[in-house]
Order: sequence, then C-alpha cells, then structure tokens
Amino acid sequence: MRDVRDALMVARDSNGKLVRRPMSPHLQVYRWPISMALSIMHRVTGVALGVGTLMLTWWLVAAASSDDVFDRAQWFMGSALGLLLLFGWSVALIFHFFSGIRHLFWDAGVGFDAPTYNTTGWGVLIATGVCSVLVWVVGLAVW
Amino acid sequence: MSGTPHIDMLRSPLGRARGLGSARAGSHHWWAQRLTAVALVPLTLWFIFSVIHLSGASHDRVIDWLSSPWTLAPMLALIVATFHHLQLGLQVVIEDYVHEERFKMPSILLIKGLSVILALVCIVSVLKIGL
Repeated sequence: MRDVRDALMVARDSNGKLVRRPMSPHLQVYRWPISMALSIMHRVTGVALGVGTLMLTWWLVAAASSDDVFDRAQWFMGSALGLLLLFGWSVALIFHFFSGIRHLFWDAGVGFDAPTYNTTGWGVLIATGVCSVLVWVVGLAVW
Repeated sequence: MSGTPHIDMLRSPLGRARGLGSARAGSHHWWAQRLTAVALVPLTLWFIFSVIHLSGASHDRVIDWLSSPWTLAPMLALIVATFHHLQLGLQVVIEDYVHEERFKMPSILLIKGLSVILALVCIVSVLKIGL
C-alpha cells in the first residue's frame, strides 16, 4: 500500500493487529427511514435557503433604492413565479426551523433514541405542513 | 479486499494525520453554528410575522417599519446570524461532497466571500433606510 489515503483507512484493532477500517455501505443500499430522509432534507433546505438569501438581499436593496425599484421588486414577488419562489422559500424555512430545533435538542442530549426521533421526525413534518398553510392563509388574507 | 493490510511507506502515523484534522479548532465551528441557530429561532419567528404583516405593503410603509430602532436592531441581528449560519453550513456541505483539494478550498472561500458581501449589502441597505 503506497497511497496516503489508503493508509489512512488502516488502523489497529484491540489486539494491535493492523486492519482495514470498515466502510459503510453506499446510500443506495439503505431503505429510507424518516430520520435519514429528514437529515437529507435539512441539508437540502439549508442550501435552498442560502439561495433564497438572494431574494432577501434584493428586497432590502430595492427598499433602500427608489419607489420604482421597490415597486418592481414587489411586483415580481406578487407574480406567479415570485409567489412560487416565496412559497418554496417559506416551506424550506419553516421545515429548517423545526428540524433545526430538533437538532438542538439532540445536541443537548434530549430525544436521541429511535422511538423518540421517529416520533419527533413526523412531528417536524406535520408542524411544517400546518404552519406553511397557516402562514399563507394569513399572509394572503393580509395581502 | 481482504487479508492483513501492510503499509510500506516512510511516513509516521503522525505525519500521515497532520493537516487533515481540525487542529483543536473543530468545536469552534460546531459551537458557532449552534449559537447562531439558537439566535435565529426568535429572529426567524419575528421575521416571518413581520413579512406577513408587510405583505403587499407600499414602499413608504416598509421604510416606516425599518426606521424604528426596534426593527432595525433585530433586522441587523437577523442578517448577521443568517449569513454566518449559512456560511458555516455551506462550508460543511462542500467539505462533505467536494473531495478534490483544488476545488474544495476555492469553493469554500468563494461561498464565504459571497456570504460576507451579501451580508454587507443587506446591512448597508437596512442602515441606509433606518438611519
């Protein structure tokens, strides 16, 4: 073995014998438990929200410019494409919000066992659905 | 591959591990991400309520809203926490999925730079309205 990266996969077992470290199977091998799906969704929504900050930046820049520029930004966000983007952004934000709180509890050592994290996982999904609908019903009513 | 692996390389285990770990800085990244996450819980709630309240609002109303220190301060906190959290999170995503060293470091620097610029653009805009 001459490659450094290969050598990094070698360690000693409890008897002191050199062994190759075990590797976990590839993602495709697993079925999709909710914990795994939500973990991936937390990442995907996080990246999506990163893209969404462009929309926030645009809105703030427009507000700091003139009436015309702001009206154009407001018009776009009220258009079909704008509403679709805002809807996606809001659902991603609400999901990342609840899922993030679940992560914070885990970091505090709470709820990190299979029955609990399966229950809270479904809880995150339900809360996301309910709050997304609520936000949009109230938002459109105000609009 | 099976059988006992054998290393014939003139590098000590320490030499092989050097430069590949966190060098005692690993927990700082983790902690900063949690701290911004905790800060973002109330700030995000506040922001969602504000956006709902402002949906379809005129330019004057938005300026009015941002002109209050009670709006400006949490808005600045939201911007700083959001972009710091974002930059930390994207860094981990890149570290996990970009394996080629010549792409990894440039892409991490790129997203960090972009996050700083976007955050400053937001801060300047908000201050321009609010001050």
